[in-house]
Amino acid sequence: MSKPRLKPDLSVNCAGIKSPNPFWLASAPPTNSGAQIMRAFEYGWGGAVWKTLGQDPPVVNVSSRYGSMDLGTQKIAGFNNIELITDRPLDVNLKEIYEVKKRFGDRAVIASLMVPCEKQAWHEITKKVIDAGADGVELNFGCPHGMSERGMGAAVGQVPEYVKMVTEFVKEVSTIPVLVKLTPNVADVRFAARAAKQGGADGVSLINTINSIMGINVETLIPKFAVEGQISHGGYCGPAVKPIALNMVSQIATDPETIGLPISGIGGISIWSDAVEFMLLGSSSVQLCTAVMHHGFRIIEDLNAGLEGWMRRQNFAKTDDFIGKSAPRIVDWKKLNLHYKSVAAIDPAKCISCDVCYASCNDTTHQCIDIDRRKGNRKPHVLQDDCVGCNLCSLVCPVDGCITMTPVDTGLKPLTWEEYAKNGMKGYGEVYRRH
Amino acid sequence: MAPSKRQVDAFAEMKGPMTREEARIESSRCLYCYDAPCVTACPTHIDVPRFIRQIAAADLSGSGETILEANALGHSCARVCPVEVLCEGACVYHDWQEKPIQIARLQRHATDAVHAEGEPPFAPGPDNGKRVTIVGAGPAGASCAVYLRRLGFNVTIFEKRKLPGGLNAYGVAEYKMDQPTAVAEMKFLFKLGCSVVMGKEIGKDVPVADLRSDFDAVFVGIGLSDTRSLGIPGEDLPGVVDALSFIERVKAKGGKGLPVSARTVVIGGGNTAIDGATQSVRTGAGKVVMAYRRGPEHLSAYDFELEHALKDGVQILTNAVPVRICGKKKVEGVEFKDAKGATFVVDADRVIKAIGQTKHFALAKAFGLAQHEDGRLKVNPGTLATSVTNIFAGGDAINGGKEVVNAAADGKRAAWGIFRELLPGAAAPAGNEYWISTIDGRKVAPITPRSHS
Repeated sequence: MSKPRLKPDLSVNCAGIKSPNPFWLASAPPTNSGAQIMRAFEYGWGGAVWKTLGQDPPVVNVSSRYGSMDLGTQKIAGFNNIELITDRPLDVNLKEIYEVKKRFGDRAVIASLMVPCEKQAWHEITKKVIDAGADGVELNFGCPHGMSERGMGAAVGQVPEYVKMVTEFVKEVSTIPVLVKLTPNVADVRFAARAAKQGGADGVSLINTINSIMGINVETLIPKFAVEGQISHGGYCGPAVKPIALNMVSQIATDPETIGLPISGIGGISIWSDAVEFMLLGSSSVQLCTAVMHHGFRIIEDLNAGLEGWMRRQNFAKTDDFIGKSAPRIVDWKKLNLHYKSVAAIDPAKCISCDVCYASCNDTTHQCIDIDRRKGNRKPHVLQDDCVGCNLCSLVCPVDGCITMTPVDTGLKPLTWEEYAKNGMKGYGEVYRRH
Repeated sequence: MAPSKRQVDAFAEMKGPMTREEARIESSRCLYCYDAPCVTACPTHIDVPRFIRQIAAADLSGSGETILEANALGHSCARVCPVEVLCEGACVYHDWQEKPIQIARLQRHATDAVHAEGEPPFAPGPDNGKRVTIVGAGPAGASCAVYLRRLGFNVTIFEKRKLPGGLNAYGVAEYKMDQPTAVAEMKFLFKLGCSVVMGKEIGKDVPVADLRSDFDAVFVGIGLSDTRSLGIPGEDLPGVVDALSFIERVKAKGGKGLPVSARTVVIGGGNTAIDGATQSVRTGAGKVVMAYRRGPEHLSAYDFELEHALKDGVQILTNAVPVRICGKKKVEGVEFKDAKGATFVVDADRVIKAIGQTKHFALAKAFGLAQHEDGRLKVNPGTLATSVTNIFAGGDAINGGKEVVNAAADGKRAAWGIFRELLPGAAAPAGNEYWISTIDGRKVAPITPRSHS
């Protein structure tokens, strides 16, 4: 008899904001109106961060707002926008927040906010969204284009003192959790995160978009996605930014000053496993935008299914069982074991003789792949004594599982650079051949 | 009889052009192999990964130039090459995801773009004072002419037929390439500044001696001659045609005006026999039988061509030796003898002979060229020089009947051979280095790993 299938609990609690699954729509065009958010909730989205609310009169936007970068057959590997915050009157948005919460009480509705750096303005808008029924607020200190020229968005997020000050303004009146959305357009994201925490933030969300120019049409010499022949820098996001976002999330999750600060992870999440990666590094919810703008709200079905299946396979009954589980494995370089050695091996049964690894290894890295050209052979092999375990061949190989990186037992005790330096640079076992 | 839908569709190209999107996706699949097997497999050694990468980078004219540098006939080769046994057959995808890169269609995508621009992507070399004549404006001759012009030779081409292109214009099955495309390619290439004399046959309209005296060198690209005769009774009956004349008629009129055959027998087992059979089906023949005298293991047609014929509904008969063509006033059938010696008759109102072509013995003799026993011209494999000083040869005349791409490779090799023969010790003018490096395949230096250095 088979055991009854365990139904994992996908619900999360991010900084006190609860939702039936970790997938929230990020503050962006998909959350521009109550009608859109209700449709998304019908599909199963766990939460939505309302497209940023501001003071009336609302902003006006330009024509031509989005741009993208394709790679090979991948449409929208990277995405950018120059759209501003909501261009709808505040009252309309507040009324719709109320309607959405009335219909979908179990979902998280977070109001993203951006007003000038005045206490009065932040107090007013915070009170209004609380009255409308929002479950939390997200302070938009990240928007890198347009609004930053008016002293808002990233212009605030780039100055830790402002981050702290405005967070304090909001916390003075807020009865609901306050998330601070951080900009990646800084040298070190930890300073803003610390400031948010000091200001009393219940959590942070990151990353917002990255300053970007999407390109120039080389036939016309005009910027791509231009507004009548000109463009201004926009916010870059989409699959291509995920590693940058993961790094920043891990930095905050491991910084002694912010450890434990709840994180809503954002940046290039397209499929369930992307979300899991953010959560393993400490995000208790995740926010998506580009993938939704590419394929529509329906993707929540496979996001939920993928996460649920993975949790079942991993025996995780609830999300808290794995949130942050991989974060301790992100360490400083000086903590890495210099005596760990891995070498590449090419499986001749899988090799198709494209010899791409041969060209890349020998031209550009460590010159340790050879081809025995006797009898017309084209299959390369690794000279394992020379291999430094850099991974490049396995990265360029088009065939899954053909080139594997295999740990080699050196018989040496682990040695970190920290210890090596302390030791007067003695005791290193020369685990690879240096030239 | 109105043409059936089958007939109308039948002449449509089998491998159509690619859209920009198709080309983008297909070119992204290419792995950009190092020292790629497709390059080795191509007799002209086109740098396939490079031209595909250029398509992926949306540089179609650069891509077309890469192709035409190595193979002046790249435009027609993209359509007629048996890529299944050449570049695409060598693609490493066969060992992996099975479906090779569609090299031919990508090549066409690039050369179509260059042809649309209207000018060949290279210039003639500075005049070197030497005059070369080319006999035959087929693929070998045209290829040789292009590279000779680039090396600075004055080039005159004599062609006995009305249209240039040789078998490209007259002998290629219509669904592979139509005649206007073949002729347009020739005109495009001749823009490099070749004098072309059409409708003049050497040895008949122009004495061989005139060529010897008026030109410093001659390139003989005369292809093959008439289809061999069966040497059996009834061969002269009306209704017996040779495959090349049949295909030529189909091409010239798009199959129109050709009496529809109820039953056609094609005699032969090669690729030309297949073309004869499939073109018969496409002109509305009720039943088409392809008869080959030996066992199926000896059929010289490519497997993919045989498959194509079978798909067209052609019946393939092996171990059928023709002994007599039956009929009183016209063809009524063919009598065959099977492996055991028993005879049988296949009814037919048309018999197409496709048992190979003879060689131009008369012209070879007029030039005094040494020949192999089977009639092929003897040449130096490195330079394609014949036994007579300053006469060179290439294409079907030396290989007995191969592909357009082989003729193109020969033309290229002979042009370089002529240069070295007529201008010994001279360096090729600038801008010729690349194609010269492709003659024997580009030397890809093995990259030495550390342990070897």
